Amino acid sequence: MKVAVAATGSTLESSVDSRFGRAPGFIVIDIEDGKFSFADNNQNLNAAQGAGIQAAQNVASTGAGAVLAPNFGPKAFQVLKAAGIKMYICSTMPVQEAVEAYKAGKLTEITSANVQGHW
Amino acid sequence: MKIAVASGKGGTGKTTVAVAIATASSTPVEYVDCDVEEPNGSIFLKPEVTRTETVCVQVPAIDEAVCTSCGRCASFCRFNALVSLGTPPLVFPELCHSCGGCEIVCPVGAISWDDNPVGQLSFGVNSNGISVIKGKLSVGSVLAPPVIRAAKGAAAGSGLTVIDCPPGTSCPVIEALSDADFVMLVTEPTPFGLHDLKLAVETVRVLGLPFSVVINRSDEGDQGVEQYCEVEKIDVMVRIPHRREVAEIYSRGGTLLEAMPEMTVRFASIPGLIKERLL
Repeated sequence: MKVAVAATGSTLESSVDSRFGRAPGFIVIDIEDGKFSFADNNQNLNAAQGAGIQAAQNVASTGAGAVLAPNFGPKAFQVLKAAGIKMYICSTMPVQEAVEAYKAGKLTEITSANVQGHW
Repeated sequence: MKIAVASGKGGTGKTTVAVAIATASSTPVEYVDCDVEEPNGSIFLKPEVTRTETVCVQVPAIDEAVCTSCGRCASFCRFNALVSLGTPPLVFPELCHSCGGCEIVCPVGAISWDDNPVGQLSFGVNSNGISVIKGKLSVGSVLAPPVIRAAKGAAAGSGLTVIDCPPGTSCPVIEALSDADFVMLVTEPTPFGLHDLKLAVETVRVLGLPFSVVINRSDEGDQGVEQYCEVEKIDVMVRIPHRREVAEIYSRGGTLLEAMPEMTVRFASIPGLIKERLL
């Protein structure tokens, strides 16, 4: 299964970005073989509204089954839920560590948005 | 005649000036509060509200029995108001700008329209006979222009109409200014006041609207606004001096003209001065 992680950069050493909708991109890693790629999310940096929605669509188009980020707003949550993608909360650590924590079952899955829009 | 009272910078005295023009007028006045994010003209005019009306915009409603989940509506929408994940689209009504594009691109006619409330109009008359129409944007809604359009559309427009505009130079201001006969740009003699006055002047020039400037707290600050108006040949129609009593009375819901009755003649002359300018 593929897992998407909101990231500040394109390597596994990059930090998890604190914002889901306006993260520069997502590192999409196959947890079986460890291969990963970077999905750009730059179109959202200057969007006044709807960044979370667009980012959620970007994640859905990567085929990821789960996504890791520190925060998910209400609209992003709704789209990710509709796409059947599970959301897990992680703090701003290196992406590699976040993925390890996910694999170890240490991250919490959320069942509702954990921040307001425009957090 | 429609006089719009606007400014670049917020807090310069738009409502103060708009209320003064309305209360000084000897002919029937309609006061339209188009500062829908914080409509405060009623605090000073104190109308007795007799009627309210809900302002709605149209948002798409998807007939899921007809929808083929093709996603064309969602890829067309620039505002991310529709999201398709190989399913009938999710609708985010608060992001919709009611452009109607989704209905046009839908190949199977699955889209119709629902009303989405975004604000409220209230109607009343105050003890001086001033008719007040107040537009108020709902909490959480960002679509000020439809509420402004509705407030202006509700005015009879037979006598003097005073339009209290929002601050800034963005869409809500353009909507409030459109079709005004004349614009009063209120500013203050500070670097901020001058900077934002320049933006407001550029805006009304693009719109092709005739305008004058009102300088509030005119005996404070610096000479930048006066010099700019002189160079640009912009008429300064009113200068309101700074007085502590104005702020004191204002803080209790009183008006500029209650604090400075000597300004009444000047404000009463504004419609006449504008008529001369427009000849």
